[in-house]
Amino acid sequence: MNATLRRLSTVVLVMFLALMVSTSWIQFVAAGELNDHPRNVRGIYSALARDRGPIVVSGGEAVATSVPVDDNFKYQRTYSEGDAGAASVYAPVTGYFAINGTVTGMERYANSYLAGEDDSLWLDRLQNLITGEEAQGSSVELTIDPKVQKAAWDALGDNIGAAVALDPKTGAILAMVSKPSYDPNALAVHDAAEVTATSTALINDKPQVNSIDGEERFSPYGPTINRAINATYPPGSTFKLLTTAAAIEYNGITPDTSIPAEDVYQLPGTTGEGGMVQNYGGTSCDPSGSMLLKDALRISCNTAFLALANEVGKDGMQQMFQDFGFTESIDIPMSTSVGAYPGLSDTATDDSAARIALSGMGQGDLRMTPLQVAMLSAAIANDGDLMEPYLIQSVRDSDLELVSQTKPNRYKSPFSSSTADALTEMMVTVVNDGSGTGAQISGVEVAGKTGTAEDDPRSPTLWFTSFAPADDPEVAVAVVLENEGQSTDESTGGALASPIAAQIMQAAISK
Amino acid sequence: MSALRPEENAPSRVAEAVLIVVALALGMGGMWMVGYSLEDSLPEGFWTYSIVLAALAFTAHIVLRLRAPYADQVILPSVVLLNSVSMATILRQDLVDIDGANASRHLMWTALGIVVACVVLFVIKDHRSLRRLTYTAMIVGIVLVILPLVPGLGREINGAQIWIFIGPFSAQPAEFAKIAFAVFFAGYLVANRDTLALAGKKFMGLQLPRLRDLGPILIVWAVSLAVLIGEKDLGTSLLFFGLFVGMLYLATDRVGWIVIGLVMFAGGAVAAWSIFTHVQLRVNIWLDALNPDLMDGPSYQLVQGLFAMSYGGMFGAGWGEGYPQYVPFAFSDFIYASLGEELGLTGLLAILLIYLVIVQRGLRHAVGVRDGFGKLLAGGLAFVMALQLFVVVGGITRVIPLTGLTLPFMAQGGSSLLANWIVIALMLRISDAARRPSALPTRGALADPAPAAVGGGAIEVGGGSPVQAETEAGAGGGTMPEDSTQIIRGVDR
Repeated sequence: MNATLRRLSTVVLVMFLALMVSTSWIQFVAAGELNDHPRNVRGIYSALARDRGPIVVSGGEAVATSVPVDDNFKYQRTYSEGDAGAASVYAPVTGYFAINGTVTGMERYANSYLAGEDDSLWLDRLQNLITGEEAQGSSVELTIDPKVQKAAWDALGDNIGAAVALDPKTGAILAMVSKPSYDPNALAVHDAAEVTATSTALINDKPQVNSIDGEERFSPYGPTINRAINATYPPGSTFKLLTTAAAIEYNGITPDTSIPAEDVYQLPGTTGEGGMVQNYGGTSCDPSGSMLLKDALRISCNTAFLALANEVGKDGMQQMFQDFGFTESIDIPMSTSVGAYPGLSDTATDDSAARIALSGMGQGDLRMTPLQVAMLSAAIANDGDLMEPYLIQSVRDSDLELVSQTKPNRYKSPFSSSTADALTEMMVTVVNDGSGTGAQISGVEVAGKTGTAEDDPRSPTLWFTSFAPADDPEVAVAVVLENEGQSTDESTGGALASPIAAQIMQAAISK
Repeated sequence: MSALRPEENAPSRVAEAVLIVVALALGMGGMWMVGYSLEDSLPEGFWTYSIVLAALAFTAHIVLRLRAPYADQVILPSVVLLNSVSMATILRQDLVDIDGANASRHLMWTALGIVVACVVLFVIKDHRSLRRLTYTAMIVGIVLVILPLVPGLGREINGAQIWIFIGPFSAQPAEFAKIAFAVFFAGYLVANRDTLALAGKKFMGLQLPRLRDLGPILIVWAVSLAVLIGEKDLGTSLLFFGLFVGMLYLATDRVGWIVIGLVMFAGGAVAAWSIFTHVQLRVNIWLDALNPDLMDGPSYQLVQGLFAMSYGGMFGAGWGEGYPQYVPFAFSDFIYASLGEELGLTGLLAILLIYLVIVQRGLRHAVGVRDGFGKLLAGGLAFVMALQLFVVVGGITRVIPLTGLTLPFMAQGGSSLLANWIVIALMLRISDAARRPSALPTRGALADPAPAAVGGGAIEVGGGSPVQAETEAGAGGGTMPEDSTQIIRGVDR
């Protein structure tokens, strides 16, 4: 029987080998996949149970902290010390960390730092391994300036919309507000049922917007969407800045070139009334039927820019849109939405000459995020060099030692500095003497551009984008008021949005 | 000659004592880390658990010195290690109030298990005395298997009817039945091995047994199918049938038996699969565990176990850093997943290797013991432990469909602990017989028996490989391959 016993012991060895292989498979080969499984809550629980690092705004105020509590999760994530009002101001930036597995905003995109798991923290992790200490998260310091952020929040008031402020020289995001907002504390409670109920309610709580046909209409975006980077709107007349830039760059036009500005513009390839575009209210830009480019931009003459875009043509317009990087998503570190331009997007496939002409005034399948509109101004303000927008100023480990610091990075160079100078000059006249007088700040020269975009059947979306001081820019902003237009008068964009931009710029300049 | 008075020359068992200290230190270290991880202090009852475990382990050590001085010195420390590591795991789960995890109960059953093992070592002075109980064991085994099916006694728990309830007590009789069956098979096969092996016709190259010799195998097949169908427990059924087929092969060296056995079991399993929806569900869970439709219900436990193990990764989350609260029955059926979560792949492989050491030691002593009954019993007991491990761990790691067996010495549960400690007592008893210097000429010791005895003692300190060398030399030599068994069989008859 000894021979069979030996053979049986080989069988036993094979059985054990099978178990070792299957165990290794689960714990090593398939571990990553299983750990990332959407139904696996362990990653979230372990992240919650850890002393997660704080999110700090410029100046040191913590807008998200982990407070030790006596339950299974060990720590309660708290936003702005639990103050619902203050937490809502920063909610689009911080996002929230919910126990049901939903993690958004900085909590999600800076998680590796906050959880203390980033590769750059390897030295700390090695120390922890030796000392047996629990890993502590790093603190993430944002570029957000609380003064500018609060000014933007207050200035937006009860409007539906968003505001973004950038430092045009670095790309640092000074303010990022989205309205309506929400209280992330309500989503961070340690009660799964309550979290689910609250988040469902928030997702369905889409704000009612104005409509031109009197129907009850709602915004496609709920309060948890960061409108500044993840909502797209027709940019309206603010896009005339890009049309102008393309015309100067590619067609050799100057601000003092006389361009056609008819009362009615017949879109290329169309006949009859259906293809005719008038200025708002059917007004005349200039009785002569032509005007200087700088005057056309100052009063935001629609027909002039339709003709101008048509003259630049499809290739030039598309080229400039792409040169701004508007077809690409940016990780700020949150992932931004891409813009849509005729022929450059799945949602805007019609790139006929009529569509290109319409895009000259920011209409016709053209959509951009508020951040992208702010980038228009930022590129002009920084002599044609568009800096990459970013939110993380620096990361410090639990011993407050600097782990990483963001170095400003040139993102794109869509046009030359002479083009930027020409655009600045024209934008200054818009604020001093044109459609954007509401953005004037005493003692500071402001360059800006208004926008009123048709968004049928909703009411028009109102814009203002600007930078200041015009000679040495410190801040570039974009303000959008979602379907807040009450009439089709172009002046509304300037009347409602430009004073908001002024307050934000003032807060940024006097800091 | 000293070999004639073996007790005087018996090994001092220092190696065993040292290994027990190491095993206890690992368990105590686990409990210590559990306490500091969860409560920043020594866990409540740390010293009670430590002292009781140490006292029990050394009691067993002393009993072995007195009653089985030649017994294997690695098996007891290995089992103590497994048992005290499981003590730390269950204490850890008890500390966070996991429903059902009860460290003091686990300690109590461990104590009872070790005490019963000591009693077995005292009462059974020679394993051959068990041979007289061959048919008693068969009846006991069958009764134990059928008990859960008795109305009023058995109750279906979590889909399987393998428990009996008497007043406040509950038990899993199958755990004890496996010992009874091992004794019965060993006694039956040692008496009938020649008839089974040699009579019968050849068919397609296979030596087929005669129909009348098939009687007992048919009974066992029927019993295991009854278990599969009546108690809805594939694991126990696989355990019994695998035990019988394995021992049949050991006794007869006929591959034909294994083929017939596997075909019959497969046939029964396929039939059960096609007839019973609960068997179909088990198979679906096994093959498609991560199916979203199954994950909230039937495959929840299995998937949570997978998540726990993947969370542990290579080195584990560390004592007290896992989430056993999300794995149903993390203290009993799924303790393997809990261990994997906190000790990682490294810890689980170490645990598997310790089981492998125990099983392989058991098989080595089967080779070494001189009587056929002892060979079959030791081989059967070692194999049934390996099978049980395969069924449990294979179920959790998706090698086979999940069933309701428990991890020996680690899962919380009285029946499992008691039964497996009895298995260990029998294994140690047989190992004592295998290593005890005999007045009879033994394999490898024909020329001079004394060095073999001294060598047997010295080898233990050095570890396992010299023992292997000893047995390999004995078996592989070719000059006297099976003569020791021949001689003993002569004596035995």
